[in-house]
Amino acid sequence: MSHEAALHEGHGHDDHGHHEHHDTFLTKYVFSQDHKMIAKQFLITGMVWAVLGGLMSVLFRLQLGYPDASFPWLESILGKWAKGGQITPEAYYALVTTHGTVLVFFVLTAGLSGTFANFLIPLQVGARDMASPFLNMLSYWFFFIASIIMLSSLFVETGPFSGGWTAYPPLSALHDASPGSKTGMDLWIIAMALFVVSSLLGGLNYITTILNMRTKGMSMTRLPLTIWALFFTAVLGVLSFPVLLSGMILLIFDRNFGTSFYLSDIYVNGVGALSNEGGSAILFQHLFWFLGHPEVYIILLPAMGMVSEIMSVNSRKPIFGYMAMLGSLFAIAILAFLVWAHHMFVTGLNPLLGSVFVLLTLLIAVPSAIKVFNWLTTLWRGNIRFTPAMLFAIGFVSLFISGGLTGIWLGNAALDIYLHDSYFVVAHFHIVMGVASMFGMFAGVYHWFPKMYGRYLNNSLGYIHFWITMAGAYLIFWPMHYQGLAGMPRRYFDFSIWESFKQFAELNRFISTIAMIVFATQILFLINFFYSIFKGRKVTVLNPWESNTLEWTTPIRPGHGNWPGEIPEVHRWPYDYGKDGHDFIPQTTPVGEDETGTH
Amino acid sequence: MATTIIESKNKIHPYKMLLWVGLGSIVMMFAGLTSAYIVKKSQANWLEFELPKLFYISTLVILISSFTIQMAVKKAKAGELAQYRGFLSVTAILGLAFVILQVRGFQALEASNVALTGARSNSAGSFLLVITGLHLLHLVGGVIALVVISLRSAAAKSSSNQVLPVELAATYWHFVDLLWIYLFVFLNWVG
Ligand code: HEM
Ligand SMILES: [Cu+2]
Repeated sequence: MSHEAALHEGHGHDDHGHHEHHDTFLTKYVFSQDHKMIAKQFLITGMVWAVLGGLMSVLFRLQLGYPDASFPWLESILGKWAKGGQITPEAYYALVTTHGTVLVFFVLTAGLSGTFANFLIPLQVGARDMASPFLNMLSYWFFFIASIIMLSSLFVETGPFSGGWTAYPPLSALHDASPGSKTGMDLWIIAMALFVVSSLLGGLNYITTILNMRTKGMSMTRLPLTIWALFFTAVLGVLSFPVLLSGMILLIFDRNFGTSFYLSDIYVNGVGALSNEGGSAILFQHLFWFLGHPEVYIILLPAMGMVSEIMSVNSRKPIFGYMAMLGSLFAIAILAFLVWAHHMFVTGLNPLLGSVFVLLTLLIAVPSAIKVFNWLTTLWRGNIRFTPAMLFAIGFVSLFISGGLTGIWLGNAALDIYLHDSYFVVAHFHIVMGVASMFGMFAGVYHWFPKMYGRYLNNSLGYIHFWITMAGAYLIFWPMHYQGLAGMPRRYFDFSIWESFKQFAELNRFISTIAMIVFATQILFLINFFYSIFKGRKVTVLNPWESNTLEWTTPIRPGHGNWPGEIPEVHRWPYDYGKDGHDFIPQTTPVGEDETGTH
Repeated sequence: MATTIIESKNKIHPYKMLLWVGLGSIVMMFAGLTSAYIVKKSQANWLEFELPKLFYISTLVILISSFTIQMAVKKAKAGELAQYRGFLSVTAILGLAFVILQVRGFQALEASNVALTGARSNSAGSFLLVITGLHLLHLVGGVIALVVISLRSAAAKSSSNQVLPVELAATYWHFVDLLWIYLFVFLNWVG
């Protein structure tokens, strides 16, 4: 068999790639221009942030679950942030804000796109590296510096920014609005600006590499869905992040140069009326959400792409409705730019305009439903292999359905006016974006870990990780829907002082407890990850998942340049599973004479 | 590595595509700002004022510079190195002239009591400063690129490896020029 032969070829060349270049430690691991190493840098930095951000949520859940208790050990760790063993209100807001910022941007954008776009694009389109490996390296280093600055904001005297991840003025525009609005906010803006530059540099490369660097035979409709999803993600990022940047520049002017873009003659306690005139805080919301809504899809689409790929491979069936998957990705990408005001239904939006945004928002349900239908049909009668990656992929679909449905509730302005800024919204976006994308990321890591490190992750730990996280995610966020429906507002420090929310004291404690268990379970994953890099079972075959895509035609541990010899040519789409009696037919296999319908 | 990476048979050079996509994102930034401008203008407290006359001159200067950089590309392709360098330098100098004219324009505005920043400022003036200032920063980036290319070309013996850099620079330069025309028209008549 020809691809058997190719398999042995690859083995012979396994170490070849390593010796070609004379990399020093510094150029190989630190200032690397190899997309695979840059991917790992993004992944590990993202993981560090995920742990920190997760830890923050444990801390503020501790406050919500046990508002009256005092934990002396907290004070010994956090010092003045936990006076008397209780998180202070200032610290609570700082934690919530940093948690949101870090998870949305540093973990689920940089950590997710940065990792998988870098790792998979050249490997799956058949390129030796990105269009500009140098810009790619810069993209990581901008992210790294952004990370350091964001991290340092945790240690300044007045604390990090604490006005929420959306950074609405006036909290973000006035130095005196809160302690976190001083140096903390300056550092937040600088870190975010650098982060935006990092995303842009990454995005330019991803788009160009996909459009321009594909191997022979790799037409656009033969691209794996991962690549399509990463492509749309990059397009969304390149078109929406600059708008956030422009909004932040105006914010910098208001903060530092006395302009009145967002500030007006509002009355500030202890200061009196401001001298600013005519500014509009809502202008910021428009600029923010014009990025903000595409951003949620920037977070979600890579997960969707990987889930599609992993589901097809592990169902041993072609993805159902490839073109429909593409079309719905396209529709989602377009609609993502046309719905931002659904975050602003309570800003006094013109009701007519509001209805237009309701309509456009609800339209997103159509492509979303198409995707769900196609995933389920891909599973239908498949020869399913329940690898941890597959479980996380299926978990993703479940979460996407649950969270998508509540999106339809929120998309109705009339309902949203009641539900806005309540725990219902918190439940919605954590399920549909936070946890779902995290699941996509886990699926990706479990699936491509053998390609990244030449070793396997431990499966048993993977199963434990999945089941506890899956059950935990629903146990944490499902009850929040009820709390939101009962009117419980988000971003409050202590609910125990309201008679009407006293009934939730026990539920809050329950949620907090589960949150801690789920967080602890993630440590299990970290142990599995780092242990397996060094001690995991070695990969001995080129194509452990018997997958059709090109990354599995590289040596087990590919060097810089990916393929020791020629880049393979592609002859078919990536989803020929269970076709004509073959379990799978790699993209590199030429189309046979007697083959039925080819792509 | 760099040579092997660009081995495939692309119709358009990857760096050119990188640049085009990058220009798309710059467009979005200014689209965001000019949309914000329109929204803001329709609200209360909007100060009407005339653009400084100097902006008309700077518009003329940047238009000419687009022509000179196109000549530089032509000369680079024809291998006429001395003239190529000449046109590059002229373009860079015109770029600097544009910068000076714009800054003078801001000063003229301030002098005629249109505060751009500070407590007396109106967002009309502040918008003008931010939008044209950001454009100016992009142009300065272009000037720096031109200077780097000129210095490199001074060391080069043949023009064969000069063509791509100057083509990239020219694309960017025309873009910054067009962007200014758009902003000029927008700020003068549309917004
Ligand atoms: C059918 C699909 C969806 C609809 C109709 C929808 C609708 C909405 C609406 C109307 C809100 C505003 C709620 C409020 O603040 O009052 C909202 C919030 C949010 N949605 Fe969705 N959504 C959908 C899917 C998604 C997806 C797929 C994601 C992410 C991957 C997402 C992420 C978010 C986030 C992060 C927020 C809250 C942001 C914040 O205020 O902090 N949504 N959604
Ligand atoms: Cu949204």
